Amino acid sequence: MNNPPAVRALVAAHGDLAAGLASAVDRITGRGSMLGILTNAGLGADQMEATLRERIEGDGIRAIFTDLPSGSWTMAARRAMRGHEDVVLVTGVNLAALLEFVMRDDLEPAAGARACVDRARAAIGAIGGGPRAA
Amino acid sequence: MPLELCRIDDRLIHGQVVLGWGQQMRLGYIVLVDDEVAESEWERELYRMGVPPEVDVIFETVKGAATRLAEFERDPRPGILLTGDVESMVRLVGMCTALREVNLGGIHHKNGRVQRLRYVFLSPEEERALRALEAQGVAVTARDVPGARPIPLSDVLAGKGE
Repeated sequence: MNNPPAVRALVAAHGDLAAGLASAVDRITGRGSMLGILTNAGLGADQMEATLRERIEGDGIRAIFTDLPSGSWTMAARRAMRGHEDVVLVTGVNLAALLEFVMRDDLEPAAGARACVDRARAAIGAIGGGPRAA
Repeated sequence: MPLELCRIDDRLIHGQVVLGWGQQMRLGYIVLVDDEVAESEWERELYRMGVPPEVDVIFETVKGAATRLAEFERDPRPGILLTGDVESMVRLVGMCTALREVNLGGIHHKNGRVQRLRYVFLSPEEERALRALEAQGVAVTARDVPGARPIPLSDVLAGKGE
């Protein structure tokens, strides 16, 4: 039996969103274990930063996905990334971004994270609902 | 319009503040009161980036915020004042008797703190300081998001909050 793929990126989000996204990635690709999941529940800003710093410095994580650009994980990630210019942070994560990321394992994680941004943007659209409001 | 919310939140500016409270209040400005952040251009820029362009962010030390409180209160836009810890809020209230309500929005686990709510952990010193605020006539309640019920400090400390 093959070992599950190693964690290549962290998904840090509000509530259970990261777990939900990783679960969906796993259902679709079988590669959900490439994503380390983090929730902010019960954590203060210092703990969030320390968690990310430990994963960057201890585990060599080089790609981080967060949900809200103004969210506490994004703030914590920007602090934890100081002095680690090779770490990439992608905000506004969605399922399309993560699917692209796990399938692009030919790229280094940081490059893979950058590469999935366009796919993530393109996945958002509005269909129907009548004429667009002015 | 007075400051609508004076909040202790160790995450300072984040989703609950900007979106949860901010959008409902049609927030015009945030006063971020933190001595360290006020002195660091990097920190100020970090927090500024987390806020929509139509919302002003004013960075102040505790002393500076106390000096400018009347100015903030004259601002016609709805505003939020934030500190990252109990101690800063207590110092501020000590300099500004006009502040009569304090919101406990997020004080998370640290060594020496005991969990009181899902989002409020307090040390014995912090509990004493908050009780002292109430004794001065300041209403202290816990409420993380606008849709939640405000929980009086007495209930928070009695473990009857949730």
